[in-house]
Amino acid sequence: MLDSQLAPTGQAADQRMPILEFQEVSLEYEMHGRRMTILDRISFAVGRSQFVSLVGPSGCGKTTLLRMVSGLLPVEKGTVYFQGQPIRGPLKSVGIAFQNPVLLPWRNTLQNVLLPLEVVQPHKRQFQEKRDRYTKAAQDLLRTVGLANFQKHYPWQLSGGMRQRASLCRALIHQPEVLLLDEPFGALDAFTREEMWEMLQALWQQTKCTAMLVTHDLREALFLSDVIYVLSPRPSNIALELKVNLPRPRTLEMCFTDEFHHLFTELRKHIHRN
Amino acid sequence: MEKFLKSKSANYVLPIAATVVLLVLWELVVRLFKIPEFVLPAPSAILAAWSAWSGVVIQNSWVTLSNTLMGFAIALVTGLLLGFLIGYSKVAYTTLYPLLVGFNTIPKVALVPLLAIWFGIGTIPAVLTAFLLAFFTIAVNVALGLATVELEMQDVLKALGATKVEIFQKVGFPHSLPYLFASLKIAISQAFIGSVISETVASNKGLGYLIVSASSTFDIPLAFLCLIVLAIMGMVLYGICVAVEQRTVHWVR
Ligand SMILES: Nc1ncnc2c1ncn2[C@@H]1O[C@H](COP(=O)(O)OP(=O)(O)O)[C@@H](O)[C@H]1O
Ligand SMILES: [Mg+2]
Repeated sequence: MLDSQLAPTGQAADQRMPILEFQEVSLEYEMHGRRMTILDRISFAVGRSQFVSLVGPSGCGKTTLLRMVSGLLPVEKGTVYFQGQPIRGPLKSVGIAFQNPVLLPWRNTLQNVLLPLEVVQPHKRQFQEKRDRYTKAAQDLLRTVGLANFQKHYPWQLSGGMRQRASLCRALIHQPEVLLLDEPFGALDAFTREEMWEMLQALWQQTKCTAMLVTHDLREALFLSDVIYVLSPRPSNIALELKVNLPRPRTLEMCFTDEFHHLFTELRKHIHRN
Repeated sequence: MEKFLKSKSANYVLPIAATVVLLVLWELVVRLFKIPEFVLPAPSAILAAWSAWSGVVIQNSWVTLSNTLMGFAIALVTGLLLGFLIGYSKVAYTTLYPLLVGFNTIPKVALVPLLAIWFGIGTIPAVLTAFLLAFFTIAVNVALGLATVELEMQDVLKALGATKVEIFQKVGFPHSLPYLFASLKIAISQAFIGSVISETVASNKGLGYLIVSASSTFDIPLAFLCLIVLAIMGMVLYGICVAVEQRTVHWVR
């Protein structure tokens, strides 16, 4: 990890204020000449250092919500606040990982992880001068996810799970306060996926970032989250807010407890098909 | 045998063996059927032409090589700029692409007499023909490389607040490199064809000119010698491009 002096500004903001807040966020698209409402006045807030998951039928607008937070998609109706400020574009304190790890094939693992530091200020300015420290930080991250011996490997030499780990490291290297994850483990096999849950939980606890995960896997959402929001089919709204009060750190054995099963059934009941 | 075919040396041994066999057969056929030298000279006659004419051939080879490389260099710069332009700007693409395709369909040999009228005979029309033949391939490939960048790859950078220039540096440019290098080996052959064509029509120097001049005096062994030198030069240029490609874009599997 980079030391705290390098951390993004804004840490001083009120700790009790939600770090993210969606207020009456709506989205409409013109399709075949008809206006389609995708998101219908969605409001919810995410507390600092919380782990929040979004689940819901496909096409209900989960990716869209993440893209709004990342500043990739402008919010036209309603407002998304980051630390009390409306989001108007990309923020350097946001890291993002997609289902497809999209590593740059011409860079090795280490170089891929370092990419954000070449772009985001103040790291960009200091990159040459602090190269050694940045490299060390990237190596530390890679070690946490078990890729210590794969720094010099190119993406085509890594398995799907390894690429996704590298992609997570890239999302975290510039110490974002918010980590956005869009079905990051969707393409992995069941066993690898469970390993990734434990790894992600460890990373999240270590970095104390706020995480927002989109997933189709209800067990994944339960394993990782403090709060799960279930979105209804289009025009979507929040159908259920489920608090998961299982103790941390969570273990795979917990997935077989009655409590876990009870939460799972509760969640399942509220998911509707489109 | 199986093992040899799979080995690396087979890649060299087999084509060289085939060439030797071909040359021997060629020599035998010419001697057996007493084919006159001005129809088909035997390899031995071509070798004799080399000892008589090596100075002239080498001198003219340099001319052809330099014409080709100059044309290729201009094509590379123009192709890159044009490729980046039509790869990035939808307006430029819509405006220029049909014109480029139209221009590319003109057989370039038809342009050489015009070039000779405008610029005189010699180096300039040869370099221009080489350039005109080669730049389109480069431009189209570079544009393709830019246009096929995955949106998600750009999103990774956009989400970090990267500028357009940074996105080009970190993603667009490296992504178009394999396309560029794949086009270079074709473009160098095209530039080579262009300069030789121009030399045959509008020059008093170069291997193209030497072939025409040798043919007109029925010095067929010399013409054949020039052809063989052309083949070797073409292969070397192509080989250099392939080697550079393999070194530079090692990540493409
Ligand atoms: N650019 C666009 N134009 C029209 N419709 C779009 C566009 N982008 C997304 N949509 C629609 O918005 C809806 C929500 O998309 P998305 O957020 O990707 O859903 P999810 O991630 O929940 O599966 C989908 O039905 C999709 O068809
Ligand atoms: Mg989605």
